[in-house]
Amino acid sequence: MNEINTTTKPSILSIEDLSIAYDIDKYAVRNVSAKIEKNAITAIMGPSGCGKTTLLRAINRMHELYPNISTKGQIKLYDENIYDMSTIKLRRKIGMVFQRPNPFPTLSIYENVIAGYKLNGIHMKRSERDEIVETSLRDVTLWDEVKNSLHKKGTFLSGGQQQRLCVARALAFKPDVILLDEPTSALDPVSTAKIEDLLVELKKQYTIVLVTHNMSQAARISDNSMFMYLGELIEYEDTKTIFTKPKDPRTEGYLTGKFG
Amino acid sequence: MDQTNILIEKKEKEVLVDHFTGRKYKDRLFLSAVIFFSLITISFVFLIIGAMVLKGYHQINWSFFTQVAPDTFTAMMAKSSGQLIPGGIVNGITGSLYLVGLASLIAIPFGVLIGIYLYENSKKRYAAVIRDITDVLQGVPSIVVGLIVYLWVVVHITHGYSVLAGSVALSIMMLPLIIRSTEESLKMIPDTLKEAAIALGTPYYKVILRVLIPTSFSGLVTGILLAVSRILGETAPLMLTTLGNPAINWNITKPVSAVPLLIWQFYNDPNMVDLIWSSTLFLMGFVLILNLLSKWIAAKRRF
Amino acid sequence: MNSDKILKYVLFIASLLILLIAGGMIYSLFRGAIPSFHQFGWKFLISSKWDPTQGREQYGALLFIAGTLFTSILALVIALPMAFSTSLFIGEYFRNTRMAAIVSTFVDLLAGIPSIIYGLWGFYVLRPFIVSIGLSPQGYGIFTSGLILAIMIIPYATSLSNTTIMMVPNELKEAAYSLGATRLEVIWNVILPNARSGITASYVLAFGRALGETLAVTMLIGNANIIPTGLFSTGNTMASVIANQFGEASGLQLSSLIEIGLLLFVITTIINAVGKFIIKKMA
Repeated sequence: MNEINTTTKPSILSIEDLSIAYDIDKYAVRNVSAKIEKNAITAIMGPSGCGKTTLLRAINRMHELYPNISTKGQIKLYDENIYDMSTIKLRRKIGMVFQRPNPFPTLSIYENVIAGYKLNGIHMKRSERDEIVETSLRDVTLWDEVKNSLHKKGTFLSGGQQQRLCVARALAFKPDVILLDEPTSALDPVSTAKIEDLLVELKKQYTIVLVTHNMSQAARISDNSMFMYLGELIEYEDTKTIFTKPKDPRTEGYLTGKFG
Repeated sequence: MDQTNILIEKKEKEVLVDHFTGRKYKDRLFLSAVIFFSLITISFVFLIIGAMVLKGYHQINWSFFTQVAPDTFTAMMAKSSGQLIPGGIVNGITGSLYLVGLASLIAIPFGVLIGIYLYENSKKRYAAVIRDITDVLQGVPSIVVGLIVYLWVVVHITHGYSVLAGSVALSIMMLPLIIRSTEESLKMIPDTLKEAAIALGTPYYKVILRVLIPTSFSGLVTGILLAVSRILGETAPLMLTTLGNPAINWNITKPVSAVPLLIWQFYNDPNMVDLIWSSTLFLMGFVLILNLLSKWIAAKRRF
Repeated sequence: MNSDKILKYVLFIASLLILLIAGGMIYSLFRGAIPSFHQFGWKFLISSKWDPTQGREQYGALLFIAGTLFTSILALVIALPMAFSTSLFIGEYFRNTRMAAIVSTFVDLLAGIPSIIYGLWGFYVLRPFIVSIGLSPQGYGIFTSGLILAIMIIPYATSLSNTTIMMVPNELKEAAYSLGATRLEVIWNVILPNARSGITASYVLAFGRALGETLAVTMLIGNANIIPTGLFSTGNTMASVIANQFGEASGLQLSSLIEIGLLLFVITTIINAVGKFIIKKMA
């Protein structure tokens, strides 16, 4: 069992005995239980194929897009089981940023930020929209770079800028949690550093869960770290502890580069 | 570099010279043959379009676009007195627009919907069957399509040749082209874009309407333009379904003319021969513009 | 019911239209052909008598089947060197150059020219040319039709061939070059064996196109109800006889024409299925 409780700090998400299987008996995630700390960055690490992306996607039920998936256990957002909520409501509360920047190519920068509202047909006054766009872009430190070209297509931005735009798009709904799936894997070091600074800044307002294959990134910015292996949650501690005194030999092996 | 080259050259001169020059000679000969036959292929375009322009331009004038086709007697009188044949092909132009417009109205919505269906359910067996049958429909000779629509619409619905029958025939020919091009252009959209929209809590039908379709829009338009350009010149199925009409007609249950039908009529009437080439020039110009337009849109698109 | 469900149903119902059209086609063709089939049975396929005279009506499809196959096979043979060369031009020798783009645009244009325009050009330009070089007194017949069909199917044979030629991995070609092979040897020993099924499929599909072509052939074949005896003999094809006689036909003649339509449908579907099958096996 992986009933690991890191802290006594307030938690926002509680994953309870979660198992996810593709087909029958092929488990991507097996009996995972964990509480996610509020206003902190939680990193999920592990070798490829360990189930970290599936676990992340399970938090806003994006994993249900995969065919033949079955899910057992539950995840509670505050006290509500997310598997009882409508996916539409859930995904507005738990936003997501993907590996590769994916702004909508047919929309302008401005429209991309409020894409969530636009796509859902939620109408707002112009002043409200302007405000959401500006605060979201300021939150991701993109405002000064794009304020004069808000109505150009988002695809004209650099990769790093596009990814920050995608973060802004997720922020526009004022979600409780933001999930990021290796958000810097397609970016250069400078853009990566900018995104990392941004995440540290954002945790004041949001709870962040981050999948990363980059151990030093987890060490640099996360507060808590999970190590997953073959679908199981092996170890879950605050980041300092897991990097300095890992309990499980598999965690140690991964962190010291013996496999991964 | 130089030294090795010299070395190789020496070797060639010593042993390989005959063998290698033979191979080189063959290589050159084959390349010349490839270029020669390729030139022949593209020369047909010049020969065909050239013939049309040379023989057709002098009949293109204002009345050509504003008047209906003359009757054979008028044409004969004009010809025997050495004048241009009066009249034009406006009944054919309006008829073609009517037929193609109505066919598009039927084929585009259904084609796009079915294309989306195939894209959404690409792994299902039933979808694979639909895809295969769509391919079969695309391969059905146009004359057979005309024959079928004659049996369906001309015999049972409009009880005579009609605009409706012609449009149904053309729409059956358009449908497979639009279905496949819709599916193909949707497939080119990266999955992450769809996921981004879903992760924003967007209901699925809005993901399709507001993300997938706008993103693949230029692809859809390209496919539609190509399909229209394909059916614009179709003649055989129209012969069995709308027959032709010497006057402009807007009644959907009555026969109508079309530019290719007029060409066929001119071809069969010795007095009208002079009108053939101007009409084909017009038809070809139209088809060409649609083709180039779709190429231009395709070149500009990102997905 | 939510909108997502509604959309799913709408899409599914739209897909039924394809089944409806295809099923309706087969049903109508069979039903229409019944009187003729009752009258002539399988003899319809091997008889070459086509006599609509009242009182001694007799119909057989053999001469049309023969005319269709002769013209289409001839078209394929004539198109072969041109389509093959053009696909090598675009897909190998001048690949990704401006020249290739231009040639490819022209090939697309060739595909865009309507059948009736090919027919007219064949009638007014090609046919007199064939008469003037003394190949045939009237210029009508199998050869002229095959030639015009060949030009019409070149684009179909070319486009799929050149994509498969382009898909042959560069590493293979480079391996051969590094062993001292000439371009021709690379084409013959590396590209062709690897692109073989794609090229074959493209010719099969082009052949399927030729079988169903109507007006261009109708204008050039001479429409004589005989089994063609040679290259310059006249003849008739399945598509042409439908186009020529459908307007005035009724009763048994109409049914026989529908049966010819059914045959044409079956033959082209089989040919297309073979082509698609080769492509599927390749992928």
